[in-house]
Amino acid sequence: MALKSKKYPLLFLIPALAFIGIFLLLPLGRTVYYSFTAWFNFAPTKKFIGLQNYVNLLQDDVLRIALRNTGILIVFALIFQIGIATLLAVCVDSVRHGFQFFRTVYFFPVIISATAIGLMFSLIYKYDYGLLNNILAGFGKEKQVWLTAKSAIYCVAIPTVWQHVGFYFIVVLTGITNIPGDIYESATLDGATFRQRAVHITIPMLKPILVSNIVLVVSQSFRVFDMVYVVTGGGPRHESELLSSYMYSKAFADYNTGYASAIAIVMIIMGIFLTGILRFLTGRMQGDD
Amino acid sequence: MKYNYVKKSDRIKASVYGCLLYAFLIFWALLTIVPLLWVFINSFKTSNDILLNSLDLPKRWDLRNYINMSTYPDMNLITAFKNSMLICGGVVSGVLIGAGFASFALGRFDNWFNKYVNALLSGCMLIPAFSTLIPNFVLISGSPFRGTQWAVILPLIASNMSFSTILLTGYVRSLPRELDEAAIIDGASVMQVFVRIIIPLSKPMLVTVGTMAFIWTYNELLLSLVYLPTRNLQPVSVILSLVSNMYGTDYGAMMASICLTILPVLLLYIAGQKQVVKGLTAGAVKG
Repeated sequence: MALKSKKYPLLFLIPALAFIGIFLLLPLGRTVYYSFTAWFNFAPTKKFIGLQNYVNLLQDDVLRIALRNTGILIVFALIFQIGIATLLAVCVDSVRHGFQFFRTVYFFPVIISATAIGLMFSLIYKYDYGLLNNILAGFGKEKQVWLTAKSAIYCVAIPTVWQHVGFYFIVVLTGITNIPGDIYESATLDGATFRQRAVHITIPMLKPILVSNIVLVVSQSFRVFDMVYVVTGGGPRHESELLSSYMYSKAFADYNTGYASAIAIVMIIMGIFLTGILRFLTGRMQGDD
Repeated sequence: MKYNYVKKSDRIKASVYGCLLYAFLIFWALLTIVPLLWVFINSFKTSNDILLNSLDLPKRWDLRNYINMSTYPDMNLITAFKNSMLICGGVVSGVLIGAGFASFALGRFDNWFNKYVNALLSGCMLIPAFSTLIPNFVLISGSPFRGTQWAVILPLIASNMSFSTILLTGYVRSLPRELDEAAIIDGASVMQVFVRIIIPLSKPMLVTVGTMAFIWTYNELLLSLVYLPTRNLQPVSVILSLVSNMYGTDYGAMMASICLTILPVLLLYIAGQKQVVKGLTAGAVKG
């Protein structure tokens, strides 16, 4: 029997719903409205221009770069973040020693801010004294300029992957430990090798977790901001711009607030659209099994 | 898992596999530790020594870079730490109070609107901070919270609220309902049930949610960057994002500032690793 009352629950929901309403839902509606206006410098007046901002976006080269970069980030994260994390988890699960040590070390970057990691990596890339060039010099090789227009987005993607591998590692590892041990035992009795067990038991049993990881990676990749802001600031010449950093610079450097609102709306729509498609596709994949 | 290898060749194969496994695991561990260690070591060197060779150990373990940190007039990390703690404290308590009450309403009462509220909360998790950035900026600029830390505390409470409420509701719902009944029969009021039964029993999840909100807030950059205009209000994350411009060629100070900002979360990690891992992976991990 549950408690019965309408008055109390409504009263108790007020604080949470008030915060969500005032700082999430109403502003979201306002952003949609702003995206249909010509509005600059946070001025008190704005002019309704319909879809003009979106039409301009279609012809915006930087938006194209930002979308391409978001794509690169997603592919990078899918392959390396989930790939490395799954490999590490399968390996850690099957070794006898150091389980706790590896867990502790791998997860540590997850709790550090992207700002600190970004700053750390931008020091690592530095020409004069950076870690990479010092290691190269140690092997007697020429120093290199690591952060160039071409490599900029990868210089952002690498620390992003480096930071998040630990998160997916823990998620997959928990999934593996939840697989009942007797399946492995009977497979071992039937003569299955380590690799066979990994391919035929572990990976298929992990499918639901891998699928939800993929959705998570995609939606997180749309929200990457701190890393690109600290490492490249979107530069050089917008080459490493993401939707997030482009929206930020449009709003708070160019003060083209109407246009920036349109970018924010594109960001939401793309994110929901992509994760929706993924959920649909992967849902069908699982249904086929 | 136990290995029962019958043939000798199998055993050899297994030990080769074992070595490869360890090699890979240790390789990634080094890849994680070495950059952090490099920053830590160089935080004790002068900028000249770093330029000379950043791989060497420091000649002497000099704390000068750390002491200098509080002497930069425009970017005092001590003030920034105070601001960070103030903001984190505000967000964590706001989230716990709001989500605590809401989860009691959703998890212990059966009302027709529960499923709508739940759907609303899950929907809100899809709203990125960028899509509310400009309107909230306008809202805050016109409010008395402008120029105080409330300007970031309030929106951050809102953005943490949905997920925290969902997590807490699941937990509160799983507590045995007979407890409420027994208490009501003994003459307890609804408020007493909440304070005396639900809150104490939900403590593990409250700690998890609090840890999560703390770390997210401490690491948050975007809102503080936009809503806090003056240096004396800004938290550690903002100051750190400005470091490379402001310190110029003071490389040692940059290294030291990275180490200092990591320190609080590192201490938290050492003190309660299990809680931290649970807090950050809550929702993604079942069980």
